[in-house]
Amino acid sequence: MSRTLALLAGLLFGTGLILGGMTQPAVVLGFLDPFGAWNPRLLFVMAGAVATTAIGYRLVWRRKAPWLGSSFHLPTARSADGRLVLGAALFGAGWGIAGYCPGPALASVGGGDPSVLVLVGAMALGSWLASRLPARQA
Amino acid sequence: MSHEWFLSALGGVAIGASAVLLMAALGRIAGISGIAGSLLSGAEKGDRGWRVAFLGGLVGAPLLAWLVRGESGLGPPQVSWPWMAVAGLLVGFGTRLGGGCTSGHGVCGIARLSPRSLLATVVFMAVGAGTVFVIRHVLGGTSS
Repeated sequence: MSRTLALLAGLLFGTGLILGGMTQPAVVLGFLDPFGAWNPRLLFVMAGAVATTAIGYRLVWRRKAPWLGSSFHLPTARSADGRLVLGAALFGAGWGIAGYCPGPALASVGGGDPSVLVLVGAMALGSWLASRLPARQA
Repeated sequence: MSHEWFLSALGGVAIGASAVLLMAALGRIAGISGIAGSLLSGAEKGDRGWRVAFLGGLVGAPLLAWLVRGESGLGPPQVSWPWMAVAGLLVGFGTRLGGGCTSGHGVCGIARLSPRSLLATVVFMAVGAGTVFVIRHVLGGTSS
């Protein structure tokens, strides 16, 4: 049951990315180019997603626990640190180079373009390398 | 153009609905880099099934779109494969180090009013825009 619902959530997520144009790197790069031919589509995607999630989360959290689990798994880290900022900056640089963040990158693997597989393979390597870093390093 | 904006907002609502579903059903944040990254290292055995299923749905969405309307909605890459490799390394390393990506920080985190996520989102948006600015308007573009 949990896998079925997770599959549905993944389908819904991917469909949202497609509707929003986020699976087209040209659209994403256009959003990140406010000094060129700016494409504001991503702003509408973010607004729709954040508003829906903000309202939905609050309704969901009225319950003590999720339907299929004992507790909600929420991030516990509170303070911003060097890792957060450096990580976000490196991610932003990669996003600006190719126009793919992790969701659209993974959603694109079935499209048959070999360079997308290169991207996703490199992404996996990068994530694995970062997970090997010692736990405390700012 | 306004038609595209409407579709984009609708797409955002679908992404939000997915995040709410995942929270309601499993109590999980819909952060793609975390869902996928934990499969590479970190996730325990009983914690893997839903992650694989979610990613299966994500990969299946373009196929569904293709079956429904005859086009997948996937756009062509804009840069050559060596750039794709560099971008992938940065995205994978950065999202793991920073604890999230556009979905985990940008959507779910901001919806939770998390200051960390708000800061991360401002940083990756600003650096992303700065990177595009340097590539397009200073260097004159990547040859693809």
